[in-house]
Amino acid sequence: MMKIYVPRDSSARAVGADDVAVAIAAEAASRNISIQIIRNSSRGMAFAEPFIEVETANGRVGYGPVGVADVGGLFAAGFQQGHSHPLCHGRVEQIPYLKNQERLTFARAGITDPVSFTDYTSHGGFEGLRKALAISGADIVKEVTDSGLRGRGGAAFPTGIKWKTVYDAKADQKYICCNADEGDSGTFADRMVMEGDPFLLIEGMTIAGVAVGATKGYVYIRSEYPDAIATMKEAIGIAVSANWLGQNIQGTDKSFDLEVRRGAGAYICGEETAMLESLEGKRGMVRPKPPIPALEGLFGKPTVINNVLSFAAVPFIMAKGSKAYADFGMGRSRGTLPFQLAGNIKCGGLVEKAFGVSIRTLINDFGGGTATGKTFRAAQIGGPLGAYVSAVQLDLVMDYETMAANGAMVGHGGIVVFDESVDMAQQARFAMEFCAIESCGKCTPCRIGSTRGMEVIDKITANDNAQDNLQLLEDLCQTMTDGSLCAMGGLTPMPVMSAVKLFPEDFGGQKPTQKAAE
Amino acid sequence: MAKTTLIDFKPLKPDSTAAICAKHGDKPDALLEILHDLQEDLGHVPEASLPIIAKALNLSRAEVYGVVTFYHDYHMKPQAKHVVKICAAEACQSMGSRELIKLAERLTMGKPVTLEKTYCLGLCAQSPAMMVNGQVKARVTAQAFETMLTGLT
Repeated sequence: MMKIYVPRDSSARAVGADDVAVAIAAEAASRNISIQIIRNSSRGMAFAEPFIEVETANGRVGYGPVGVADVGGLFAAGFQQGHSHPLCHGRVEQIPYLKNQERLTFARAGITDPVSFTDYTSHGGFEGLRKALAISGADIVKEVTDSGLRGRGGAAFPTGIKWKTVYDAKADQKYICCNADEGDSGTFADRMVMEGDPFLLIEGMTIAGVAVGATKGYVYIRSEYPDAIATMKEAIGIAVSANWLGQNIQGTDKSFDLEVRRGAGAYICGEETAMLESLEGKRGMVRPKPPIPALEGLFGKPTVINNVLSFAAVPFIMAKGSKAYADFGMGRSRGTLPFQLAGNIKCGGLVEKAFGVSIRTLINDFGGGTATGKTFRAAQIGGPLGAYVSAVQLDLVMDYETMAANGAMVGHGGIVVFDESVDMAQQARFAMEFCAIESCGKCTPCRIGSTRGMEVIDKITANDNAQDNLQLLEDLCQTMTDGSLCAMGGLTPMPVMSAVKLFPEDFGGQKPTQKAAE
Repeated sequence: MAKTTLIDFKPLKPDSTAAICAKHGDKPDALLEILHDLQEDLGHVPEASLPIIAKALNLSRAEVYGVVTFYHDYHMKPQAKHVVKICAAEACQSMGSRELIKLAERLTMGKPVTLEKTYCLGLCAQSPAMMVNGQVKARVTAQAFETMLTGLT
């Protein structure tokens, strides 16, 4: 029977993949062709979704973006034999967008059925956990430390050191918490892991549990990701039945339970201590540190908190060894990062590359420039708290230290592209507005500073004492940076000040004040 | 948008609220899950449910109220028949979501639609994105939005 793959990722479903799957089934039936439709994960070529693949003698051949109206034509052209068609991308593994990536975390993306346990295990799944179960917790921690893996949520703290702290802590109960509150605009890699390879996250978290001696884990998933929530819950059930979760995993003395918790639309709960509060059923108010969550985390117990991508990197590290992972990357940024090309970009999607790739390569070579075809003007990197970069900075390479040295940050690897029509003062104002909407309200610089920030930017754009107000804005940003409890207030100045510095013309800086168009 | 005072006449079955709490073991840490379940059942979190939840979880009413009002997801008043959440975050801004939101505000007037801004649906490579009655939609053009809206009656 012929196999046709229609992704079930929400990036495909949001552009009609379910309808396309129905149309393919109906068309095949009317032509008396026997087919099997497999709802696979997404390859990450969001621009080509719904990206339909057909299995042929020469491997899978891809077509996209396929609409319901294209289905008849595809069958007529013989797509079921992999024949050519205007939507045909050729053999999937030869597509440059995919071929030029280094996919370690996303090795199975698009290949497997996300909730097929046999697909997962037949593609290397649970090899990492199998190895972890055979060695001591200290050795697992050492392997992760040696890999150079750093927190993929944005803060880039060495994962192994965090695990070591929890490992060394003495407590009757420890927890593993996965921060899947992926609220940064321009990022969707966590979502793709959870929707497309949920067992990978389960495996990574279980390895963490086995390593530090934690028997209970939570995945805190934002409510904006209903598909991810459903897929994770389904996969956890399957993993429990297969004894890869629960009591005495695979006959060992190790046990680990995993539970999904839904967020409720608060961006701040992506901050780790606010997430802990939320997991405890409270308002997502940021906690002061110390104590650090590794020592006093969830319910006051030692807790490993990592981002989805950090946990998802661990099974590869355990299965192939820390060196295999650390061989990728540059400087102190080891391994790969699933970059996410977003916004006004022609070929948006997921690009997993070793650290050290330039912004230009990502935006132009993979992304193909802007979607509108207009001139590139700015990109915001690392989410709403990340800096804007301008066209002259495109040769910067993506590595934690290089970006930091240039007043920017890698963050969670999201790149949002804007064309020349963008008003950077409007974007700076939005950064303040977003902070005002999403601030937990605990500390004054964030709670009040964000609202004052909007007002000051409004005055600048209205050309009301612009020079003095620009100075005031800078002072305000400095106060927010120095005085905020967490990154929400502390980093909001990054997009604001980068916009002011790189695009002064949008803040009335160079326009003659008396000629302001009124 | 016209200011409407809504009075919640729907009689609240205290049993159902208590049952949801019990399903989650009456554990205070499950409060968000309880509120989600309740809202899925009733369409909103009625004020009358707060004391029931507080009692079941051994919390103060103020604590429960604080949680309900902190999170954007929960609302204590019923919403319209259809809920359209348009992404207002940066990636969608770069593809014209500000204009789309303005258009939506105009077109949904007088329709049984609650319009909300949301901040990121994780479809940033296919902006602009939105969620219509829980279903995500991406690469939404103004024309597609108008067509979609005519179906919401």
